Amino acid sequence: MAAITAAGRLPRTRTRGPVSRVNPMVYVVAWLFVGLCIAPVVYIILGGFRTNSEITSDPSGLPSTWKLTNFAEVLSSSGFWQQVGNSTVAGLGTTAGVVVLGLMVSFVLARYRFAGRGAMYALFAAGLMFPMTVAITPLYILIKDLGLMNSLAGIILPQIAFALPQAVIILVPFLAAIPKELEEAAAIDGASRLGFFVRMVLPLSVPGVVTVGILAFVASWNSYMLPLFILNDSSSFTLPLGVQAFASEYSVDTARVLAFTSLSMIPALIFFSLFERRIVGGLTGAVKG
Amino acid sequence: MTALVQGTRAGVTATPARRRRSADWRKRAEITLLSGPAILIFVAFVIFPVLMAAYYGFFSWKGYGAPTDFVGFKNYLTILRDPTFHDALQHNGFIVIASLVLQGPAAVLLALLLNQRMRGRSLVRVLIFVPYVVSEVIVGTGWSLMLQTNGAVNDLLTKIGLESWTTDWLSDPSIAIWSLMLIISWKYIGFAVILFLAGMQSIPEELSEAASIDGASYWQTQRRITLPLLGPTLRIWAFLSIIGSLQLFDLVYIIWGQYVAATAGTSTMATYMVTNGRNSGNFGYGNAVAVVLFLISLVIALTYQRYVLRRDTAGALTEGKK
Repeated sequence: MAAITAAGRLPRTRTRGPVSRVNPMVYVVAWLFVGLCIAPVVYIILGGFRTNSEITSDPSGLPSTWKLTNFAEVLSSSGFWQQVGNSTVAGLGTTAGVVVLGLMVSFVLARYRFAGRGAMYALFAAGLMFPMTVAITPLYILIKDLGLMNSLAGIILPQIAFALPQAVIILVPFLAAIPKELEEAAAIDGASRLGFFVRMVLPLSVPGVVTVGILAFVASWNSYMLPLFILNDSSSFTLPLGVQAFASEYSVDTARVLAFTSLSMIPALIFFSLFERRIVGGLTGAVKG
Repeated sequence: MTALVQGTRAGVTATPARRRRSADWRKRAEITLLSGPAILIFVAFVIFPVLMAAYYGFFSWKGYGAPTDFVGFKNYLTILRDPTFHDALQHNGFIVIASLVLQGPAAVLLALLLNQRMRGRSLVRVLIFVPYVVSEVIVGTGWSLMLQTNGAVNDLLTKIGLESWTTDWLSDPSIAIWSLMLIISWKYIGFAVILFLAGMQSIPEELSEAASIDGASYWQTQRRITLPLLGPTLRIWAFLSIIGSLQLFDLVYIIWGQYVAATAGTSTMATYMVTNGRNSGNFGYGNAVAVVLFLISLVIALTYQRYVLRRDTAGALTEGKK
């Protein structure tokens, strides 16, 4: 349990209160780094409480009085709520699709032995290497040919497809770790493999599913390139497109742009802080293969 | 062997042979039913578009109707001869190298720092991950406001007496790419730190304890034990960083837009692709750019996997054939 201190003056004996032995400089540097990480986000949020003249005359200052009018105006505009609605539908649709399809195919990859299983796994693993950028132009044409332009389905379907590799990489080891004995016991009790999937695997895979679901939701909530290509009509805009349109439409009204921007990042931040451990665990697990 | 195992699960009344056949059929149906939808959607929206890009790339095509004006490798020759593309490629190369050099060492040091038992460590971990979770559009909007000539950054520099440092962060071609690197590093370094931290926490504590008993200093322990054992994590991070840098689009397009990026010296292959493809109606050409971007990423990814990642992924990628 010995903690190694930054200064290198490690006591040979076991330390009882390791926390107190950490060099104070560690705290200074750590919180300085935290400050750098959140300062721009804080700037955006504080800016929403200021007025435009304040921002122009003193760009890096604090709000002199905390004004809520910018936030109130954004919250009372129909455009904002429509975009929140679109982003929510796209996010939930993507998440549901990724979780359901990902679980099904991961179950096959984890629990069945058949020819072509390796190839199937490699197909999805290879997909992890190629982000949407490469496929975006033909994808746009495909969506146009399918008549899905300006519809949320036009971004949900590709988002599911591009999130599947990550889901497979996270879920396969998870499902493979369910003991064989459990499956045999279920079989003895008369459950088919599908019955085993529904009654045992689904409940046991909840933690992995939560990770996959949150990653898919946050990625969809923040996605920019695909909506930029597919959604041209402002009534179908998701929040990232809305933020950009709002920022150019009200480019002189900086305070309102900052208020709009702050409000649009709240859901992703809430989701993330609630499930931080899961997300980080999932990411690092996925990265390690 | 599998059929036999399967057989024991089917009904108890059937004869062994029929039992095996029906179980076999049933297994195949289950596999098709369960994996079919995912494979279908994956092939339709990931594999098919990539293949179509290769096809469209040989045409001069405005995106309406079927492409008929076959031009062979003309699009590719135009790309390879276009100085604007050379610039974009160079910017991508710079971003790849600068991301590795700037973020890697800094992230390792920060992870070492945060790997100690300090109070509030979990709060710190949440906060440094915030930039990674905030969307590119928000990051781009916020930073471009802050980096304007009359924005918060210049104002802050003036306030603390560094007025001579104030500059035109976004449009000066000699500065802009460094501003982009600042924003990229800010957004993605938290991810690297969290990744390395997770890697460090999986290293058994007994190793550094043993080293300290043998009289190793803190830095000796980190250099001889932590860093080598962190190798696989570092190599995977570098891989993700390189691929991400090659595909960079969102931040550049949001901050500099399609016209300014080239003159400010921050254009990337992806912004070049969108500007000269869809935005100018030359879909054949845009697809050819996508293919070039794809091939460059593929060659780099495969080379990296072949020579750097081989040891690490041997287990992960062959696991399916066990």
